[in-house]
Amino acid sequence: MAIAADPVRAETARRRGWYKRNEISLTPWLFLLPGILFFAVYVIIPIFQSVWISFHEWDGLGEKQWVGTDNYERLLGIDGTRWVEGEPVVVGTNPETGAEIVQIPMVLETELNPETGEEEVVIVERNMDRKFEISFWNNVKWLILYLLAMPAGLFIALFLNQTVAGIRLYKSLFFFPFVLSQVVVGLVFSWFYLPREGLLNGLLGVFGLGPLNILGDPTLATYGIIAAGLWPQTAYCMILYLTGLNAVDPEQVEAARLDGAKGWRMLWYVILPQLRPATFIAFVVTIIGALRSFDLISVMTNGGPFGSTRVLSFYMFEESLSEFGFRMGYGAAIAVVLFFIMLGFICYFLYSMWRDEKGAR
Amino acid sequence: MFPTPIQKRSRAAQISYQSLLPVALILWLLPLIAVALFSIKPDADFTTGNYWGWPSSFELFNNYGRVFFESDMPRYLLNSVLITVPTVIGAVALSSMTGFALGVYRFKGNLLIFFMFIAGNFVPFQILMVPVRDLTVNMNLYDTKTGLVLFHIAFQTGFCTLFMRNFIRALPFPLIEAARVEGVAEWRIFLFVVLPLMKPALAALAVLIFTFIWNDYFWAIVLTQGPDSQPVTAGITSFNAQYRAAYHLMSAGSIVAALPPVLIFFLMQRHFIAGLTLGAVK
Repeated sequence: MAIAADPVRAETARRRGWYKRNEISLTPWLFLLPGILFFAVYVIIPIFQSVWISFHEWDGLGEKQWVGTDNYERLLGIDGTRWVEGEPVVVGTNPETGAEIVQIPMVLETELNPETGEEEVVIVERNMDRKFEISFWNNVKWLILYLLAMPAGLFIALFLNQTVAGIRLYKSLFFFPFVLSQVVVGLVFSWFYLPREGLLNGLLGVFGLGPLNILGDPTLATYGIIAAGLWPQTAYCMILYLTGLNAVDPEQVEAARLDGAKGWRMLWYVILPQLRPATFIAFVVTIIGALRSFDLISVMTNGGPFGSTRVLSFYMFEESLSEFGFRMGYGAAIAVVLFFIMLGFICYFLYSMWRDEKGAR
Repeated sequence: MFPTPIQKRSRAAQISYQSLLPVALILWLLPLIAVALFSIKPDADFTTGNYWGWPSSFELFNNYGRVFFESDMPRYLLNSVLITVPTVIGAVALSSMTGFALGVYRFKGNLLIFFMFIAGNFVPFQILMVPVRDLTVNMNLYDTKTGLVLFHIAFQTGFCTLFMRNFIRALPFPLIEAARVEGVAEWRIFLFVVLPLMKPALAALAVLIFTFIWNDYFWAIVLTQGPDSQPVTAGITSFNAQYRAAYHLMSAGSIVAALPPVLIFFLMQRHFIAGLTLGAVK
């Protein structure tokens, strides 16, 4: 016997015996270990930490102070008190420049009661944090308008789904805004919108319109930014639909043609049902993209004018790392609200994928 | 094929389609064309108000030269490379392992772990921001490229696992079983049977992750500051502060910042699109 004759191999076989016997059940966990470790430390655990922090007041350096649901009450304005920026406090000096580091704490708004002569906390009826309210409704606008990327992408995909000379280059060039970073897209569009130097107003001028200062106008600025975001997003949806169209069953199309279906009816009853997987992915990435909008706002308006373009993700960042002291507890509370909005969608996505997994077995 | 191939339509339809294509493309890329035009104009054109006319002189080399030799741009570009490349390697390595584990083995909790990766990949960045920043500060990695790379690897593992697992699922399973019957160790099956078959997926993922990480802005400004470690997306804002209202230089700067992923895309288009559209077809 070869094995018995080879003492070294026999020895290793004995030592590796336990592992060998359990190899199939152990291997996946060994392969998963590094990935899960990284993912847990940087993604899963921080979600719970954020929830924990949102019940505290914390400047990111000192001790966390437990404040219960105060941050949420302040966000939603439940207890009727109103928070305003208080007196600036000098917390130290910058060792390099010698300049004072000033923090502006948030305090309850008070007013002098003329009868008792004492400062009393102001109680009002409707007092949801204004910035939060604006941010939330801007998020809703983003969600709804961003979905336009899907029909727009489908439209361009249908337009480009031909076989003529050079069509591949056209497809790539239509797609390539998606490859640009959002920062660059933001810059490109903020220059495009410039009242004087911008090409948009140059073109409007030709038709005797304008000039429009889109990013300077509180009523238009958010729509201007969403339009900029739609540019790469439409390109993404387009490429998804082009791939989907490629896989459409030609026999079904021919059969439908013989039955006299064409144009819109063909698209609606024959093509779109076959594009379902592409539509699902386009929906997922568009929703995620809408709720992740941060770069464009930061680059194009920095939340302005007059705070009209803030969304939750931006407002959270602003509060947590603001110039006037880090309000991380409050920021975390905003992030938790955003997380729960997203969680609704995530559950839907996962449910759809789970259904497909079941069907695949 | 839908819509009806243009070849089967009338001559007039064909001609109008062929002429509509370039017009549509120019309209689509108009904001970008404007920036490209800005970037080769001389300073004088902006003071005289010649924004959209023919450039009074072509300053391509001058403008781009100043971006490369008179600003921190090369440093930011180098930082971006030093952040992006290790992240690509790390995320692809980790996720080919997790993807292998989840795609090949049946065990309790398989689907649960898989869904955890997907769900984590979808969460808003802001819910991670405060703890991740805190963790990075505590590890003494704030304002270092390493800190940024570690986070990116971890976060991208979510998406990459989804990708790899689905790809491995589609591989012919009998191949793995045959190797098992031969007595090949599991880790050798991974290295010598599965990994070679995963080459297209590895290429597609590498290209995608490169683009995602290169274009990241949020984490760059949360975890780094200053030209020592900031990537070019964050650096471009300080570049623009340096050349405030010098549109010809700012345009040239942003084109330089955007170029690497654009090049990668055009060079590796097939992989890029294969990666992006995974799952768009059943």
